Amino acid sequence: MKILVLIKQVPETTDVKIDPVTNTLKREGVQSIINPFDMYAIEEALRIKERLGGGEVVAISMGPPQAKDALAEAISMGCDSAVLLSDRKFAGSDTYATSYTLSQAVRKIGDFKIILCGKQASDGDTAQVGPGISTHLDIPQVTYVKKIEELTPDKARVERMTEEGYDIIEIPLPAVFTVVKEINEPRLPSLKGKMRAKKAEIPVWTAEDISCDEEKIGLDGSPTRVVKVFTPPPREGGQILEGEPEEVARQLAEFLKDVVVG
Amino acid sequence: MDYLLTEEQQMIKDLCRQIAEEKIKPVAAEYDESGEFAWDIIKILAESDVFGIYIPEQYGGMGGGVMDLAIATEELSWGCGGISLGFAATGLGTFPILLFGNEEQKQKYLPDIASGKKLAAFCLTEAEAGSDAGSIKTTAKKEGDHYVLNGTKQWITNAGEAEVYTVVAITDKSKGARGASAFIVDKDTPGVSFGKKENKMGIRSSATREVIFTDCKIPRENLLGKEGLGFIVAMKTFDSSRPGVAAQALGIAQRALDEVLKYTHERRQFGQAISSFQGVQFMIADMATQLEAARALIYSAARMIDSGAKNIAKVSAMCKMYASDAAMKITTDAVQLFGGYGYMKEYPVEKLMRDAKITQIYEGTNQIQRGVIASSCIKESLS
Repeated sequence: MKILVLIKQVPETTDVKIDPVTNTLKREGVQSIINPFDMYAIEEALRIKERLGGGEVVAISMGPPQAKDALAEAISMGCDSAVLLSDRKFAGSDTYATSYTLSQAVRKIGDFKIILCGKQASDGDTAQVGPGISTHLDIPQVTYVKKIEELTPDKARVERMTEEGYDIIEIPLPAVFTVVKEINEPRLPSLKGKMRAKKAEIPVWTAEDISCDEEKIGLDGSPTRVVKVFTPPPREGGQILEGEPEEVARQLAEFLKDVVVG
Repeated sequence: MDYLLTEEQQMIKDLCRQIAEEKIKPVAAEYDESGEFAWDIIKILAESDVFGIYIPEQYGGMGGGVMDLAIATEELSWGCGGISLGFAATGLGTFPILLFGNEEQKQKYLPDIASGKKLAAFCLTEAEAGSDAGSIKTTAKKEGDHYVLNGTKQWITNAGEAEVYTVVAITDKSKGARGASAFIVDKDTPGVSFGKKENKMGIRSSATREVIFTDCKIPRENLLGKEGLGFIVAMKTFDSSRPGVAAQALGIAQRALDEVLKYTHERRQFGQAISSFQGVQFMIADMATQLEAARALIYSAARMIDSGAKNIAKVSAMCKMYASDAAMKITTDAVQLFGGYGYMKEYPVEKLMRDAKITQIYEGTNQIQRGVIASSCIKESLS
């Protein structure tokens, strides 16, 4: 079974500066790491491989040439191989263009059963790329996965974390899963893995290599622009109805009647 | 200082520091208090291939030497000198097999040690045979195709946790020191049992127990080298393992200096950081210099041993003695610089002082090391 892990290289600190012109992160002079949520995706991919007693884990990243370091780290943890998507034409991609570009690379690799992503990146915090890839590839997705309960060659049963508990979802494969930190504890790299990473050749694919439609990539292919970065106010209010289902339904109906009338 | 580490050694250093920082440091005080053996950390070390660092590649290791072992021990001991001992004492228990084992013995035991599946322990000391190792009483009597072991080994690090024991016992009492032999004993051999876990001053999470042999039958093929080589095995083992003890002391001392630099910068008295006082600065300067001198001596000794040099007893003893004495002084000064806080268990330095003490005592007290150094010097001057 081929498992793909999509990772992003992000600035190490949360105390980063915003470029006043582009409203995006300034990356110069900041140490880079693998997006912490993606570490859980890597770990889960490795665990699936171990659980099945075989398979292949391929790490993919899109970014500047130095994102190879993140991919090398993924190999040192145990990924079998890695691919970097890097091209000046990708610069300025929003989540739509990024997920399109990544999905083109996934198509080129082909023959996969599972795509794993972190639930979101610690720099952009959008949580849109994973779902975007599933849409571009037209395959199902489950976000916020906290456990993969069962796995067969053509379907999986997973737990999706919700605010109050979790849903159990059965889903045909291939599928995209974005994972939360509750799913596992990522391993450290091993010495043999580090040696392998040092020797590993990580191919760099350009827009042409993955047959991108040039109108869908980079800044020009991005339908959205970052206008302002801010922390949204926490959700307020809300009311939890408790009791027997019939009682709760009655209360809800009453409540809705008032709202509609209002 | 730049010690011109190879790329591989730098990798070992970085990974072991990462393990020490992220995994060992947060749990060290808890394990020190409970005295429990840190199997969860051992598992992490095993998964990270750390146990294979000094074992040849054909037996599943990384093919490194004493230098690589020292680098790893130093970094892990920075996290906790007790927890790191599960790793370092396995090295001590493995050296007899590395140095004197035949091909079958190496193939049988080394891969499981390299993968971290099995820990090892070295059994020499007895109640009445410490520095005077010649007076050990444990016997190994040859009976047909096996030996029968009887006796009690004391203060054995990793005892009860390890699966592989390298044991020195008397095979011929009439021959004195030439009548000892070394054996490999599996934990599950009938007749092997363990005493209670010792309650120690420092390195508390490391397991120290008696290993008791009662009519313990081991196959003849578990003899290491030849009969009568027991003390040679022990001495050559120590020559290779002492830089490891030195590195353990070094890691503890480095941690003490790091804690001191942080604390003296934050702690304010008389309206300023105490690191601005000359009296404090002089202590810091001495600590840092002794630490670096110890490191330089350990690395030189380790590299000399790895080069295949013959007469290594002197440098090996020198680095163990110097680094452990330095660590004792540095950790004592660290407690002093922390003042009353240093004496409290909520702060990390009193543990460092307790952990450092053992490095002056085990694998040959520093008095024994001085004896080794002096007799080597005198012998050299006469030849």
